[in-house]
Amino acid sequence: MNNSKPQTYCTFYLDRYYFGIEVELVQEIIRFQEITPVALAPQVVKGLINLRGQIVTAVDLRSLLELPDRQEDEVPMNIVVKTPLGAFSLLVDRIGDVLELSDDSFESPPDNLQGMARELIQRAYKLDRSLLLTMAIEKVVSADVLNRRAAA
Amino acid sequence: MPDLLLDFLSKSNDGLNQLDSELASLLDSPQDSTALIHIMTMLHSLKADAGLMEFSGIESLAHAGESVLHGLLAHIEAVNDDTINLLVEMVDGLRAMVEQLTATGLEGGNRDELIERLRCKAEILNVPSTSSSPAKVASVADVEKAPVIEEELAEDPVVMELDDEMKEVLRDFLQESYENLDRVDSELIELEEQPDNRELLSSIFRSIHTIKGTCGFFGFDRLEKVTHIGENLLVKLRDGEYSMSEEIATGLLGMVDAVRAMLAEISDHGHDGRKLYTQLIDQLTELKDHGKTSAGTAATVVRPGTDTPATAEPLAANPAAGDGNPADDVTAAVPAPEPAGVDTGAAANSKPAAAREDKAAAGIVEASIRVDVPVLDSLMNLVGELVLARNQIVEYVGAHENTQVVAAAQRLNLITSELQEGVMQTRMQPIHSVWAKLPRVVRDLSRACGKQIKVEMEGKSTELDKSLIEAMKDPITHLVRNSVDHGIESPEQRLAAGKPAEGTLLLRAFHEGGQVHIEISDDGGGIKPERIRQKAIENGVVTVEQAARMSEQEICKMIFLPGLSTAEAVTNISGRGVGMDVVKTNIEKISGTIDLDTEVGRGTVFKIRVPLTLAIVPALIVSTGAQRFAIPQVNLIELIRIDEEDQPRAIEYIHGCPVHRLRGQLLPIVYLNKELNLDTPQEGALNIVVLQAEKCRFGLVVDQINDTQEIVVKPLTEALKTIPVFAGATIMGDGRVALILDTLGIGQRARVMSDSPDRAVSLNVSGVTEKVGKSETLLLVSTDSDGRLAIPLNRVARLEQFERARTENAGNAVVVQYRGQILPLVQLSDFLHERRASRSDAVEEGDQMQVVVFGEEGRQVGLVVNEIIDVVDEVLQTRGKASREGVLGTAAIDGQVTELLDVTSFINATSALISDLEEAA
Repeated sequence: MNNSKPQTYCTFYLDRYYFGIEVELVQEIIRFQEITPVALAPQVVKGLINLRGQIVTAVDLRSLLELPDRQEDEVPMNIVVKTPLGAFSLLVDRIGDVLELSDDSFESPPDNLQGMARELIQRAYKLDRSLLLTMAIEKVVSADVLNRRAAA
Repeated sequence: MPDLLLDFLSKSNDGLNQLDSELASLLDSPQDSTALIHIMTMLHSLKADAGLMEFSGIESLAHAGESVLHGLLAHIEAVNDDTINLLVEMVDGLRAMVEQLTATGLEGGNRDELIERLRCKAEILNVPSTSSSPAKVASVADVEKAPVIEEELAEDPVVMELDDEMKEVLRDFLQESYENLDRVDSELIELEEQPDNRELLSSIFRSIHTIKGTCGFFGFDRLEKVTHIGENLLVKLRDGEYSMSEEIATGLLGMVDAVRAMLAEISDHGHDGRKLYTQLIDQLTELKDHGKTSAGTAATVVRPGTDTPATAEPLAANPAAGDGNPADDVTAAVPAPEPAGVDTGAAANSKPAAAREDKAAAGIVEASIRVDVPVLDSLMNLVGELVLARNQIVEYVGAHENTQVVAAAQRLNLITSELQEGVMQTRMQPIHSVWAKLPRVVRDLSRACGKQIKVEMEGKSTELDKSLIEAMKDPITHLVRNSVDHGIESPEQRLAAGKPAEGTLLLRAFHEGGQVHIEISDDGGGIKPERIRQKAIENGVVTVEQAARMSEQEICKMIFLPGLSTAEAVTNISGRGVGMDVVKTNIEKISGTIDLDTEVGRGTVFKIRVPLTLAIVPALIVSTGAQRFAIPQVNLIELIRIDEEDQPRAIEYIHGCPVHRLRGQLLPIVYLNKELNLDTPQEGALNIVVLQAEKCRFGLVVDQINDTQEIVVKPLTEALKTIPVFAGATIMGDGRVALILDTLGIGQRARVMSDSPDRAVSLNVSGVTEKVGKSETLLLVSTDSDGRLAIPLNRVARLEQFERARTENAGNAVVVQYRGQILPLVQLSDFLHERRASRSDAVEEGDQMQVVVFGEEGRQVGLVVNEIIDVVDEVLQTRGKASREGVLGTAAIDGQVTELLDVTSFINATSALISDLEEAA
């Protein structure tokens, strides 16, 4: 983390925020897929997707980050990520560019960040026009985090 | 090197386990030379491996054991419990050392005492044997010592009469040897390039040594001789006396060819041929002694191909002809007189011959190959995917009109099924691999507990998936230990119960309904429900009332609940560690079930059912609220459909809980849509899927029942595993994901059963509503005044009939001599104050009297009654109050008013009488 090797991020939009995840973690990006809902599952888990014979759990990032729900007519995109816990599909609004960012242009998220966001947002890169927030994917998909919202 | 060590350890462990089971079988049939040979082969290769690894402790112990076995092979009549015990001790010693090695990397402990005892035994056995034994084994002795080989070389080879089992051993030997030889070939070449590679050398040594060891038992003398001399040469190489040279390599390759030729001969004719390979032996001997042939590389004169079977090797037609010389050469290790040597030409010459023999052996070699388990696993996964794809195509084609497409899809369907079966077959292993070590376990345990137990097995070859085999190991072992420790009684107890002193433990396995059934039964004392009931109440697992309402079978099944060990004392065998609840959990982990049947005094049967494989399971597809779900067929009992108009009658409510009367029993009803919080209305006909999980049965209402399908189980992610109602997910024919329902989880969520058994119990009992109270067995007798009296049968010791003439008067009491004791007799009328005039005159006249004997705390008292009427099972509902002293109350039994005798007060009232009598006596 301390070296200055630039890191490449796959970026996406959620509500009015701009997010990024390390590009190495991304397996693929697919359009909307039919999702089989899982009854009794935590609210943030939208269901299961059949990705060429592989069963992938779909997690709605809006719901996870306590952002307002998507409009009815907005179809989310799937970012399929590889994690030690298996493959997950992150539902996001829109996909952005792939950016290469050097390590000296970020700061830790401010202390007054609240709730789930505080735990999941790792860095805030100061871009020219906006801030790019990067997420800790392993935390996002952990059973602990996914089930927390269900309890809340 | 660590690799080698690991290899050695795992091999030794396997070997020791096999030794255990062979020894156990030897115990059953002590005259079984096949078992002896098996034991010897295993021990020998263990010894060889240990020698290679330079574990001298293990080597010398194994060696000592081997010598005993040599002796036993020659004197099979000397195999008795004593010797077998000695061998068992040796195996235990070896195991201890191997375990120590695993733990610390060092051989621990000195076994000199044991070795000494083995040696003594061997000496006793071996003395008279030396020259008489046909299965010459002397040469298996330590490779370091020049062994005494005195075979009659040129004798016509004896074709051994082999029984089926031996033939199998031989076949294994041949196959293994071919594999080994192929490897040795290439390893020798490699060794030539890197002469200092010890690992290669060890591997070659081991292969040759194994061949040598085994052929000794079969009496293949010539083969043994050739390999022996080659081995000695290898020892020199290993010890660094010589380094690998072209000459040595050539010599060794020549040996490999010769061995191959002889193996082919064995495979064809059952003996190792009559060629003596004198040239080869001489050459190898010289190499061994000098590191090179006397003539050097130049001396490649020699009759070409002397040692190839193709050319005229002096056939030893006359028994005497070839005798002595070659053998002497070897034993005395005298440099061969004639310049011996085989040049590369000779080796090359032998190639075609070898090739021909390879072809002959091909049948054996190609019969089986070794495959890595991961390869099979990935193959299994692929087949799983193929099954899914097949399902999709079949579903899609169902709507198609083109007959060609339909036909192709059908073919695909068929082939996929066959492929699936075939691939599953590759992963199948016989259950015997779990059972093999049980006879030994039972033997050790039964000795420790002083019991006599024989193990019987049925269906050893029943196959199931490798992963399941692994998972079954611990539960089965635990159940067997339990049966030995608690189930089967000591010989004295058994004899007293009229059973043979030797108990039987029967292991059965068979296929039925796509599942593997495994039964472990003993003919022991059975499980006493009373003890379990007590324990369960003590530990707060059930309340007294619940326990009272449970049937005996239900009570016995409580042993599967956690916290219920009935072992009165923790022994070192069982009563601690994993309990029955763990057994059950482990079996359920692999989607299996366990059940038991027990009968006091007759024994206990544990019945385990497990699926053939875990990856692909047959399932029923149902749908509710536009979602599809799969229910594993293991849990499925039946399907019920109730039409809309019948529903008000068919579904009844107990305090708001829906139930359905299914053949007279109440079936709790669970609505899937409600359990899953799906807000879909329930309308139209009711489809009920009757499911069974654990001991509880319930009906699950779904919208639609679709069909059955083979589904591939895929796990859910961590976060979703916490939802108890789903067991996993699968992909349906149309490519969509469907969830697999976990019957147990749904039952628990719907609270038709819960983790605590009390609910399950009460529900079970509600199924048999007619038996509300506790029923009791009563003895009905008539009193002198023609009244009826009921006596609880469990308080009665026995019923007797005495001749009136036998009664005597002692003091102020009437007594009778009964079973060597004095039994005081009490007239019922003396105890109960009759209100009406007694008809004692009528009683006096009969010369037989009916006596109900009560026994309490060693004291006995007889109650003389007028007549014994009947024994009835009755639920006692006492109505009236006690009408007089000595009576608990009155009840209507068989439509007649009957008084219930207060046995306690009767005994109390008579105790004064009894103690008076005792004083008088």
